[in-house]
Amino acid sequence: MTFTGWLTIFAFVFILTALAMPLGSYMAAVYAGEHTFMDRIVGVPERFLYRIMRVDPEREMDWKAYAKSLIIFSLAGWLLLYFILRTQTLWSFTGLNPEGFHSAPWNVTFNTTSSFLTNTNWQYYGGETTMSYFSQMAGLTVQNFLSSAVGIVVAVALIRGIIGRTGKSLGNFWHDIIRTVLYILLPISIIVALILVSQGALQTFGSYLTAHGITGLTQTIARAPVASQEAIKELGTNGGGIFNTNSAHPFENPTGFSNFVEMLTVLVIPAGLVFMFGKMVGHRRQGYAIYSTMMIMFLGAVIVAYIAEAHGSPAQHAAGLHTGVIPGSTGGNLEGKEQRFGIAGSALFDVITTVTSCGAVNSAIESFTGIGGAIPFANLSASEVIFGGVGTGLYSILLYVLLAVFIGGLMVGRTPEYLGKKIEAREIKLVSLGILITPLAALFCTALATASSAGRASIDTAVAHGPQAFSETFYAYLSQANNNGSAFAGYTGFIQPNAGNLGAHGITFADLLGGFDMIFARYAPILFALAVGGALAGKRVSPAGLGTMRTDNPTFVVLLIGVIILVGALTFFPALLLGPIVQGLTTHLY
Amino acid sequence: MALKKDIITSAIGILVLTLLLGILYPLFITGVSQVAFPGNSNGQLVHVGGKLVGSKLIGQNFGDVVVNKKTGKVEMVNGNPVTTPDPRYFQTRPSGTTPADNAAASAFANYGPNSTVTEQALASNIKAYIALNGPYYPGGLTAAKVPVDAADTSASGIDPDISVANAHIQAHRIAAVRHLPLAEVSALVSKYTGGRGLGFSGEPTVNVLELNLALNRLSQGAR
Repeated sequence: MTFTGWLTIFAFVFILTALAMPLGSYMAAVYAGEHTFMDRIVGVPERFLYRIMRVDPEREMDWKAYAKSLIIFSLAGWLLLYFILRTQTLWSFTGLNPEGFHSAPWNVTFNTTSSFLTNTNWQYYGGETTMSYFSQMAGLTVQNFLSSAVGIVVAVALIRGIIGRTGKSLGNFWHDIIRTVLYILLPISIIVALILVSQGALQTFGSYLTAHGITGLTQTIARAPVASQEAIKELGTNGGGIFNTNSAHPFENPTGFSNFVEMLTVLVIPAGLVFMFGKMVGHRRQGYAIYSTMMIMFLGAVIVAYIAEAHGSPAQHAAGLHTGVIPGSTGGNLEGKEQRFGIAGSALFDVITTVTSCGAVNSAIESFTGIGGAIPFANLSASEVIFGGVGTGLYSILLYVLLAVFIGGLMVGRTPEYLGKKIEAREIKLVSLGILITPLAALFCTALATASSAGRASIDTAVAHGPQAFSETFYAYLSQANNNGSAFAGYTGFIQPNAGNLGAHGITFADLLGGFDMIFARYAPILFALAVGGALAGKRVSPAGLGTMRTDNPTFVVLLIGVIILVGALTFFPALLLGPIVQGLTTHLY
Repeated sequence: MALKKDIITSAIGILVLTLLLGILYPLFITGVSQVAFPGNSNGQLVHVGGKLVGSKLIGQNFGDVVVNKKTGKVEMVNGNPVTTPDPRYFQTRPSGTTPADNAAASAFANYGPNSTVTEQALASNIKAYIALNGPYYPGGLTAAKVPVDAADTSASGIDPDISVANAHIQAHRIAAVRHLPLAEVSALVSKYTGGRGLGFSGEPTVNVLELNLALNRLSQGAR
């Protein structure tokens, strides 16, 4: 561990908070339909989109109408993406398939399409050997934007339900989606993309190049329009890399500075949404309470991961390496990590992208130490509520907040209320289902994949044995259920002997199970969250009295953290014991 | 009726948004960056004498092919030539791609923390590093003196950088093989050492391609 390592971590937290607060206020204005400085730039395209899509942005929707529009819009997106990916050669006329890649097989494409639709960006394929530039842009980049917009608007709709005073309306889905894209995602993406290019990220339609090295060896260099997708990949907590090694690839993440920018980009919207929540409900302290809850758990995860990775791995020590700090080297577990990011920049990045549903990686999570690798597991086990994905994090933690209010109310013997609204049997049933459905999907799929030989075919037997093999499998379905997309990357559902997909085939079991895992664990909680919003929207607000349990003080923060950890631990502890914890507690090699 | 309206809106919406976000937005970013940062946006390509020798951002294999003495042919494994590190050049980090430093198919090695496979891979990397550099390093090298970046596989498999400690160990070999004063080689290492982003983000790096090209220029000047 080094001083600059700790400095990176704490500077990050400070700068993030400073950026997220004004963004939260801005986003509250955007969803309230208020005038902002962006009106002059995107007001005209906004009205044009309403007209061409035949949308009346003023029309109020109850939760069912909102959910229906969301589902149909997602279905349309799924069909178009699947079509684009399966007809990759058809689009070669655009000149955006310079390597002449064929389409990936149907089963892998099913997985990939479901993955990008659900903001997961789980990837069984390697970008530079599978996807044409056209597929990356017109297919994947588009869903990078839209899947994150869908997540955000669900959170906004739920908040409208919580604060709604009259009627059943949660707002207008189309109004929210278009404003999310035009006012928030697109402008920030443009800024981030240009910053990344200034650091060395690639942005070209040029073909792959052959270099003749100075010792006479040749090297083919894959290229792509990287920065435009990289920006929204981080901003929308998507995480699907253009290249196989994601943000570890120097063309995606060229410097220590670009690494810092990417980390901020991942968390700025999830953090900003919490402040937006405080502003929308009219009690900023309610937002601060949730922000503190998230930040405390986040810092805990980062500190543990950094210490564990700086300590080094049993395999390194067995091979005789010295893993302490020496002049000119940070030491630590640099296996599967890039020199320019170092231990702190890698540990921080991977905690950030696993607390959120981003899932981008700048180092190999599979090569993290047992305890360091247990942190991503723990983050996923907490169901992505520590900041979480854009929107998904906020609506998921709000479900936990309602659960905590309910439990707290039972403990002090009063009718549970949140922001003046009574939490009753119907809400608590919906909340419980919304919370439990993702863990259930993860565990069910893991069990199925571990117990069947079709599932075990995906394990990378060249490097993974014993607990590592279980960790790979468990992580795969946990990550897909949480719509995260990071991976213990040895686990595969795609056999690709050659670049360009000739002779490639998918492992149908893993592709389909993962695809359904993602879709189910994405849309079921969305429906429950919207239903909770709908149930709360019509309720009368009772004034706060002396007996009202406060939800904006440290006591409640502690209660909320307790509930989150309790639910996660009870659900996942047995499975975690079999994988990362065994590895973390032993120096034994397998 | 509302269902039909949702379907029409979704269909138009997804097509228009694909045009905006999937075509116009990447074109706009490409246009701006090709004008504002032409070098970066094309991959920081390095040419020597008009010939492309690589990208500053992409690690490469500074090795020589192994020629079988009996047959006179280049030794191949699975269609890729077998290489051995060229002692005249700084060497990049171990790579998990096939073949090493494959910039057309980046890949993690996915070596687990408690795996015997990992331990063997590390031991073999350490052995190779000591064999290459040990004879030139004052007092010799042991496993404990090998910097972690020289033994651990990089993440991308094409890490263009090595640590400062690694570069200074290799500098002893370079100076001896090239008959250059150690101080001159060390000065070059310092010259091509990059600092941290914002002064704290990330770690100092030594760019191996830039350093090797500078070495060639230095040797030519000395001759």
